[in-house]
Amino acid sequence: MTITGIAAIGAGLAAIGAGIGIGKIGGSAMDAMARQPEMHAKIQASALILAAFVEAVALFGVVAALIV
Amino acid sequence: MVLNTSKVALITVLLLFNTVFLNAAETKEKEKKESFNAKEMIMHHVKDAHEFHIVEWNNKPISISLPIILWTNKGLSIFSSSEFHHDDSGHQIVEKDGNKFVKLHEKIYQLNNGSNSVEFNKEHHPENASLPLDFSITRNVFMMWVSVILLLFLFITSARKYKKSKDNVPTGIAGFVEPLVVFVRDEIAKPMIGEHKYEKYMPYLLTVFFFIWINNIFGLIPIFNGANVSGNIAFTLTLALCTFIITTFSGNKNYWKHIFWMPGVPIPMKIFLMPIELIGIFTKPVSLMIRLFANITAGHIIILALMSLIFIFETVWVSPVSVAFSLFIGIIEIVVTAIQAYIFTVLSALYFGMATEEEHH
Repeated sequence: MTITGIAAIGAGLAAIGAGIGIGKIGGSAMDAMARQPEMHAKIQASALILAAFVEAVALFGVVAALIV
Repeated sequence: MVLNTSKVALITVLLLFNTVFLNAAETKEKEKKESFNAKEMIMHHVKDAHEFHIVEWNNKPISISLPIILWTNKGLSIFSSSEFHHDDSGHQIVEKDGNKFVKLHEKIYQLNNGSNSVEFNKEHHPENASLPLDFSITRNVFMMWVSVILLLFLFITSARKYKKSKDNVPTGIAGFVEPLVVFVRDEIAKPMIGEHKYEKYMPYLLTVFFFIWINNIFGLIPIFNGANVSGNIAFTLTLALCTFIITTFSGNKNYWKHIFWMPGVPIPMKIFLMPIELIGIFTKPVSLMIRLFANITAGHIIILALMSLIFIFETVWVSPVSVAFSLFIGIIEIVVTAIQAYIFTVLSALYFGMATEEEHH
């Protein structure tokens, strides 16, 4: 396997991690919004910010894979 | 239930198509590797360029030439990028001010004294040429100026509208700008920084929000050839550096205390936390930089990759699939333009809020 192949696998693993993380955030945010519809806007904003944090880690992986 | 079944059917069909095309790609790619190189095409679009290439018409490129400004050891050289005659392989030599220049992969090289053509080594790097300092007005710089002019127009006209109106009711462009400004103030600055201190940071937050947003949107317009301004790491680095400098200089005693001598934890823990918090100062702007860069670049790459499927398979029958998918991604990207601008602003505001937070009693 070439180094680019390994890099692609690494990027894929990073995507899996981010998928799990963002999925958990989204699920919990949906739960919270259903329980407390009046807090809808605030929950959505913080869910987006948290998703951005998770996504950043995955993007670090993707950038590392691109550099290789 | 009906919806579910139809969805499953749709997904199955798409997956089937997918495998068929993938197999086709494997066999085709071996034969036609030279004719179309998707990676090269995508990278050409994502990277910065010295000319504004619009479209290829009858095998002749239609493009806007941009000025090239170089600082060499013999001083300043300024000439138009049209003198390279759209050559990007280093064959067209331009002589200016006693120097010879070639353009290779969107980089301008200066030939060493006495040599008349570029010689390549094994890795296809030029051997007898050096890189002069390049201050050219490239595609990205040009697009950035366009967005600056547009933003100036937007905000100066809306400010004038407020001056003229007697009852401060927004009309015209001001009606479009005001809700966004209010959104940045009430949803971003106030909750993140606090009611008392947010005003000082509003100009920066608004600038960053609108500048990133408008550049993201310009990147999606095909006629500008997707000038990838906010997907350029130098651009995001500059913005992240601004956030870093403002955070560092507005940090109060409480902020630095939390970094160097974390209150409320035992002393071994304080010593342990100090280097971690110190690294944290720098990882915050770095993550800001990489997040914006990677999000926007990834969006461009996905759209272009879907489009290049047509040329990889060399059949027009792929185009409905590829157009439909890139339209879908395009719509997502429109949302992403706003979300990324929002996230950059929110995180900047969050860091400012952390830097100016007062001690809890």
